[in-house]
Formats: sequence, C-alpha cells, structure tokens
Amino acid sequence: MPKITYIDHEGTARTVDSEIGSTVMETALKNGIPGIEAECGGACACATCHVYIDDGWREIVGEPSPMEEDMLDFGFDVKPSSRLSCQIKVTAELDGLIVRTPERQA
Amino acid sequence: MTEPIKSDVLITGAGPCGLFAVFELGLLDMKAHVVDILDKIGGQCAELYPEKPIYDIPGIPYITGQGICDALMAQIKPFGATFHLQEMVETIEKIGDPLFRVKTDRGKVFEVKVVVVAAGGGSFQPKRPPIPGIEPYENTSVFYSIRQLETFRGKRLLIVGGGDSALDWTLNLAPLAKHLTLLHRRSEFRAAPDSVNKMMALVGEGKIDFVLGQVSALQGEGGRIAKAIVKRNDGSTFEIACDALLPFFGLTMKLGPVASWGMEMKGGEYIVVDTAAFESSIPGIFAIGDINWYPGKLKLILSGFHEGALMAQKAYHYVYPGKRLVFQYTTSSTRLQKKLGVA
Repeated sequence: MPKITYIDHEGTARTVDSEIGSTVMETALKNGIPGIEAECGGACACATCHVYIDDGWREIVGEPSPMEEDMLDFGFDVKPSSRLSCQIKVTAELDGLIVRTPERQA
Repeated sequence: MTEPIKSDVLITGAGPCGLFAVFELGLLDMKAHVVDILDKIGGQCAELYPEKPIYDIPGIPYITGQGICDALMAQIKPFGATFHLQEMVETIEKIGDPLFRVKTDRGKVFEVKVVVVAAGGGSFQPKRPPIPGIEPYENTSVFYSIRQLETFRGKRLLIVGGGDSALDWTLNLAPLAKHLTLLHRRSEFRAAPDSVNKMMALVGEGKIDFVLGQVSALQGEGGRIAKAIVKRNDGSTFEIACDALLPFFGLTMKLGPVASWGMEMKGGEYIVVDTAAFESSIPGIFAIGDINWYPGKLKLILSGFHEGALMAQKAYHYVYPGKRLVFQYTTSSTRLQKKLGVA
C-alpha cells in the first residue's frame, strides 16, 4: 500500500496509505484530507482537486494531459507543478509521494 | 406590457430531458416552447460533456454528450417546438385552473396550461474566478457577461481566459476599447484555432496585447478598478492598469428562481414530485430530470426520459380537459406515425 503525504498550505503534513489503482484524489477523500474538494467526482470537469507535486516527484508523476491543462485554466494559483489529483493513478512507483494542497480551491 | 405567447406547455431547460419531453408531448398533440439560459441547445450534455462518452442510454452502447443532443433534436423535429435561448424563467404565476403566466429575465411572457421544469442542475451562470477580493468590483468594473458593447467604448479593458468566450469578446471589443489586454495563464488556448489566429494577428498589428500570467489581486477604490496584480509562472508579479476586467472562467449551475416558485422542495434543492406523473405540489407544474426528487430517484438521463413519458399522459388532461386519451404505440399506430412523418 503506497504511502502518500499531503501537506496543507499551513505546512501540516498528513501521511496515509493508498490503494494501487485508485487516484491521489480518491485517497484524499477516503482519508478525510482537507483542502481537496473534487466537485465533479473525478471526471476532469472542474479544478477543485488541484494539488502541487513536490519537486522531487514531478518527473515520476509526469505532466498534465491536454484535457487536464484545459481544466487547470480554471484553477486557483496554478503553478508549473500543478496537477489535478483525480488524474494521478496510484502505482507502486508513487510510494512516498508528497503533494501540497493550495490555499484554496477554485 | 408584452403580448403574451400562448401555447400548451412551457418547458424550462433544453437539456436531454427537456428535449425528449417535447417528443412525448408532441405524440399527444401538445405544442411546447422551450426556454434555456445557454446560447445553445443540450444543457449539461452540450455544455459540460459534448465530447465525453455516455454508455448508459438504453439501446445505445456509446454516444457522446453532443451526439445524444443531436439525436434528440432529430427525434423531436416533427413537432416544431420553439426555442428561446439566452433567457431564464424568473416567475411562474397561476392565473387559471390551470393556466400559468411565465415571465423570463428578458421580459418575455408566456401563457400556458402546463409548465414542465426540466432545469437539471440549475441554470448555467458565469463562474466567479478565484481572485481574492473581486466581489466589491462586480457589476461596476468586473463583468461576467456583456449585454451592451457600448459600455466598453473608450475604456482600458483586461480580458482573462483562454476559451471561446474570452477570444470572441477580445475580437469583438478590440475595435471599441481604448486599450485591450488579453491575459491567459499559458500560451495554449481551448478556443477555436481560427479565433486564436485572428487574436494573434491583432497582437502582431499592435492593436491589442497578449500577456501570460494569472491575476492574484485587484486594486481600486469604491468598486472602481485601477489595476490588476498579475503573477507570472516564476512567481514574480507585475501590474496591468485597467478600467474594466472581463474574466471568462467557465460556467457553473445555479438553482436560481426555481426555489421561489412555491413548490414543495427537498433540502431546498430538488422539486418533490409524485411517481405517477412527476407532478409537483402545484397542479399543472411538473418536474423531470435531475431537478426533481422522489423516493428512489436516480439522476440518470434514462430516468428523465421515463419521467417525461408519464408527465405527458397527465399533461394531456390539463391541455384537453374532458377528451379521452387512448394509449397507443408508435410501432403500430398510423396516427402517431403520421405525426412523426414516417407513415
């Protein structure tokens, strides 16, 4: 069960177990992680599951797809490290992943 | 006082359920007018999911959001419904038994025997952009929709967005503005390539500016904007002086006036209906699709289709009181087939 750490904008870190095949968003909701809303339920149709990928993980996690970039246009304070967490599938490779949640969601 | 448009039925919402309701009503000789806030037909399917696949329409293993709208438009064509787009129903007043006077936000008035509320998740309204402190400027120097071009003549405009709305308004307002800047967070656009090319041509001619960045704050006084503070990708900031900010951040659904029409609501969000005909607590007003609630309700398009079929059976008795309704099948009824233009 890969471990994912969510750090909120005040610096509080929460580490939880995730399931292979679920998404970083689903893992957050399942574990009550604050700061991720997922209004559209994971359909890549909003920008409220927005997270920043820690620098050390950006290469493994990868860049947003074109569909994701379209939705990120509506995000709050989008940065080069921004991803929509509903589009990141959990694999064994992501064990130890660190993401940061923005000050607010759009 | 505008002359009222008189008809049998007024349907609020031109999404899949509103569209199929036209069909079910048409089979039973009832004419419908359909009102929708969008500038296109199709509701959520056309606005949110046009390219996305739907797998659960009965009998259709795969169809896109736009595909189901196009198919429904073809299906209802024989019935000649009138569509009133870019308008929203504001008030519904009972003036007879039943007879309703329905008014829209553009001043149109309808007098109909039956109202079918097929409002889905609510009417699409512009989304407020995630810019802290924007509210005090709204409607004085921040505008989410443009009703009169002249408002912006001679002003310094800042348009934010990368979709068709932002690009179309950039092209429309460039000739009127004193100065126009288009701001987008990246150099790729969601808008039609042709619009992007035209915009870039204006940049090349020095007629407008295109800048990369995101608005992080606004500065001004008494609702009058003076400048926008913009953040670049590297975190550095710069300022854009402007008289008006036009942000195009997509649309979101709002319940709006539906809750004020006097029907029993569930949780303030859904219209409570019976399952015999999906009629609300006000006789003559029905609710179908995502907007209604009853025990066991599922927010599926196929549910809205079924609800429309049963609604039409009861609506018939309001529109043709005393007339006998004989249940017929389209497969075997020449009468129905003639109405559909296939016999």
